[in-house]
Amino acid sequence: MRTILFILRKEFLQIKRNKAMLPIIFIMPFIQLIILVHAATFEMKHIRLHVIDKDMSSVSRELISKFSGSPFYDITSYSFSDKEGEEDLRSNKADIVLVIPEHFEKKLRKENSCEVQLIINSINAASAGLINAYTSSILLDYNVNLVAKWSVMNSSVQASTIETTYSYWYNPELNYKNYMVPGILVLLVTIIGMVLSSLNVVREKEIGTIEQINITPIRKYQFIIGKLVPFWIIAMFELAFGLTIGKLLFGIPIIGNVALLFLFASVYLLVILSIGLLISTLNNTQQQAMFITWFFMMIFIMMSGLFTPVESMPEWAQKINIINPVAYFIKTMRMVLLKGSGFGDISGLFASICTYAVIMISFATWRYRKVS
Amino acid sequence: MINSSEKIIEVKNLVKKFGSFVANDHLTFDVFKGEIFGFLGANGAGKTTAMKILCGLSKPTSGDVKVAGFDVYKQTEEIKKNIGYMSQRFSLYEDLTTVENIRFYAGIYGLTNKEIKERSEMLINKLGLDNVKNTLLKSLPLGWKQKLAFSVALIHNPKIIFLDEPTSGVDPITRRQFWEMIYEAANSGVTVFITTHYMDEAEYCNRVSIMVDGRIEALDKPGLLKKQFEAETMNEVFLKLARNIQEV
Repeated sequence: MRTILFILRKEFLQIKRNKAMLPIIFIMPFIQLIILVHAATFEMKHIRLHVIDKDMSSVSRELISKFSGSPFYDITSYSFSDKEGEEDLRSNKADIVLVIPEHFEKKLRKENSCEVQLIINSINAASAGLINAYTSSILLDYNVNLVAKWSVMNSSVQASTIETTYSYWYNPELNYKNYMVPGILVLLVTIIGMVLSSLNVVREKEIGTIEQINITPIRKYQFIIGKLVPFWIIAMFELAFGLTIGKLLFGIPIIGNVALLFLFASVYLLVILSIGLLISTLNNTQQQAMFITWFFMMIFIMMSGLFTPVESMPEWAQKINIINPVAYFIKTMRMVLLKGSGFGDISGLFASICTYAVIMISFATWRYRKVS
Repeated sequence: MINSSEKIIEVKNLVKKFGSFVANDHLTFDVFKGEIFGFLGANGAGKTTAMKILCGLSKPTSGDVKVAGFDVYKQTEEIKKNIGYMSQRFSLYEDLTTVENIRFYAGIYGLTNKEIKERSEMLINKLGLDNVKNTLLKSLPLGWKQKLAFSVALIHNPKIIFLDEPTSGVDPITRRQFWEMIYEAANSGVTVFITTHYMDEAEYCNRVSIMVDGRIEALDKPGLLKKQFEAETMNEVFLKLARNIQEV
């Protein structure tokens, strides 16, 4: 025990003397939260719309007004030829072209149906899908209105439409920030924990101090604990700090029990730090360690459900997520913060992360060799 | 010099192979308590490999090796409690101060707080580091740092101290002071096991062994070796040995 305290004191002194440490601890969370929360959003605003209105009727104008009145669309130009529309798409001046054919109104009144054409720039499939969904819903809305209006005018047929009402639970305003902030906090503690721990032992290898340590009768577990605890404390602090910023700056809801969150985080961090230490013991230079850490972190984060829902991944990818610690924590974080889940709700996740922690710590301790 | 016949390091037929490369080829030698044992050899002769085995950092492929009475296969942790080690590469923490380094190593060797306080004060006085005791090591000259590393390696009163080219890269005055420290340690009963490239330093040892290509080709007192090889200096002995081997 006393030996561990000596190691801890040494580690903290070194961390204190490392000039890069303070900015990493205090400035990184700010920058990550501010940039990522605002930048990484699925909401599309200012979709650039090119309108080709070949009809110029009151109905077509009414339809267009639906778009010009929407905050999601900027009508960048009007024209009467398909060519101009195509040209705008090609030169990236428009994201979507709406073509209203000639005799639009006439046809609608006579035949009760008429098609309009949407041409969407689909270089980015995700945003194209969103544009399509937005636009279709506006058109549908307009369609329903039209039917209702005209049927009243004709008063011959009673318009019967099924109306769906929505209520979004746990994030009623569908506030994207509420969804992102918890995930980004996970990202933050993961990056801090994994990078710091993976570079630590390897750094001692590089400068040669590990040789002097290995020659001492220090025990493996003492060494591993001495190396894990400082980063564990830093990362836990980071989580508290990030949550505070999230609450004060972004007003994210904290519905569940924060203590539960920290309990989960404390075990989660053991997993992350052990992975870092394991990488550290397997490599001989900080450069190698950094590359490997980066590789794992990229995969973990991309697959974690932070940006794209895990449920929409193919089944094999969801299976891989069984060994993705980040996925567990993001899920827990969102459940506890947004939904107010209690221990019973996350007990399965908690059991998994505990098992994972035991496996990783044993593995890292086993891999650390007191040989030169 | 306490020259006893008590064996503190016993090596019999030590072999260490890395794949098909034989780094140590049936080494057999003993080191006696309290002597200064010079372990010489050209670069790549296998000195460091053998030394790492003796320190419990690496396991032999075959052979019997006992250090301070403990077996290098099974009792490495016991060995580590009884030895000190100083590598040619400076391996104290440059981002800690003099005092912090002493305290850290004293602490992990299990010294009590009182002992730590006493010994660090004594060490700092002896090394004349009082002015720089709260200075980060990275701003100290190499010679000072090496002397500190040597003292730190002795902080837990080990039975044996292993010195791996401790004087490479330091100035002649520091080298001289360094040897005074080595003699002082030997006089207090510590066995000194030292590798070096400086043949004049070999003359300071009680006995030297000379390794060539993984084998010990000569082992005796420097005076007797010189007689045996009809040489004026240890340097000549070394060259003759190395040349003979190459010609064969």
